[in-house]
Amino acid sequence: MTKQQANWSPYDNNGGSCVAIAGADYCVIAADTRMSTGYNILTREYSKICKLADKCVMASSGFQADVKALQKQLAARHLIYQHQHNKQMSCPAMAQLLSNTLYYKRFFPYYSFNVLGGLDNEGKGCVFTYDAVGSYEKVGYSSQGSGSTLITPFLDNQLKSPSPLLLPAQDAVTPLGEAEAIDLIKTVFASASERDIYTGDKIEIVVVNADGIRREYMELRKD
Amino acid sequence: MFRNQYDTDVTTWSPAGRLFQVEYAMEAVKQGSAAIGLRSKTHIVLGCVNKANSELSSHQKKIFKVDDHIGVAIAGLTADGRVLSRYMRNECINYSFTYESPLPVGRLVVQLADKAQVCTQRSWKRPYGVGLLVAGLDESGAHLYYNCPSGNYFEYQAFAIGSRSQAAKTYLERRFESFTDASRDDLVKDALMAIRETLQGETLKSSVCTIAVVGVGEPFHILDQATVQQMIDAFEIVGEQEGPAAAGQEASAEPEPEQGGAAAGEGVAPMDI
Repeated sequence: MTKQQANWSPYDNNGGSCVAIAGADYCVIAADTRMSTGYNILTREYSKICKLADKCVMASSGFQADVKALQKQLAARHLIYQHQHNKQMSCPAMAQLLSNTLYYKRFFPYYSFNVLGGLDNEGKGCVFTYDAVGSYEKVGYSSQGSGSTLITPFLDNQLKSPSPLLLPAQDAVTPLGEAEAIDLIKTVFASASERDIYTGDKIEIVVVNADGIRREYMELRKD
Repeated sequence: MFRNQYDTDVTTWSPAGRLFQVEYAMEAVKQGSAAIGLRSKTHIVLGCVNKANSELSSHQKKIFKVDDHIGVAIAGLTADGRVLSRYMRNECINYSFTYESPLPVGRLVVQLADKAQVCTQRSWKRPYGVGLLVAGLDESGAHLYYNCPSGNYFEYQAFAIGSRSQAAKTYLERRFESFTDASRDDLVKDALMAIRETLQGETLKSSVCTIAVVGVGEPFHILDQATVQQMIDAFEIVGEQEGPAAAGQEASAEPEPEQGGAAAGEGVAPMDI
């Protein structure tokens, strides 16, 4: 007697990649704008990035219906926070909220792979990376989504501090400037879109710094 | 109103067909410090008097933001008002979440009124002891509503509730015909004048009152003390005892040219009419 299989899945994967890099006084969050299903493209101009608070931005890849529901949920909770505390949520606070919200649906998860980026209470850049059920960690940089296996090794090469076991001893990584970080993002997406069929069309780059939030776009391969 | 044998329960009618507990709840509203509201075609202004229990304590918060397009001023039991504000905020958030659009004000006040009515028909509850002036903007324009503890609600061009509100109402009755087409700044000025009426001679300073505005292109927000003091100075609304302290104490920035121009240009009603 074979186990009964589901003839239908509640999930779909809309593909795409997300990256975030934290700097000393800025944070860059980027995602491609392609939304696909199977081998088809649904649209070339879909934003995977959502502003959750004044200094807190989230990029999510995975199942966009779940991503949209998650974004709405967080926006509503943020409004309640603002009413009660009379101020915006800080990035670390939002990071914890996102983790709790994801774990709340531990047994029917949001199919959403998130990177949260922004400035902490002292104005320093911070990036938090998540799995689908809310396990999270504060990191200096992160990538999620279909292109993450291509992007992460490259970011490790450029941004990760050398191991203390290496001989001869190497310097710690020099702090990355905002323009260099954006350049790195563009390079990384250009490479990912060469080999990952789900990544392409355009990159949306969001930069959070003391002056506020600004947005940039860059064209990618359409194939 | 005197004590009688029909006023113990909210679920007991009097032979004259009155619910005394509900009427007593409305009395509680009259005991609270004054709150006023007035509207034009595009803006609504809410104002209230800040009464502190003693010199040592701070005053209670009487104006609450409910959503970007709705705000409320309360008079009476402020605790009840706080709880109802939380309810209103929740309703707005849930509506926005489901319909991706702002909750129409008229719907919110009906929900509030129904909530208040429930408390007039349950033996284990008591009516809310707070009156609410709900100011909101939606597709059908600018609205000002008054919600009573009885579960009734009314729409107004301008209204005042709380203690010494009759003085403010008299002022508003005199001036209300000019409100529909008034500019935003004139509306705030009228609100300050109305508040001044309830102060009965006390000096009008920004520390004594709170003003909030909502309008087309202007989300609901409470004006900060410095701005309010500037407007009081610009329109020269001061109480009878004008001490040098009142004028000099606020470190106000350069007065905005638009306000000065508006005051001079308009046929402003003199204070001592």
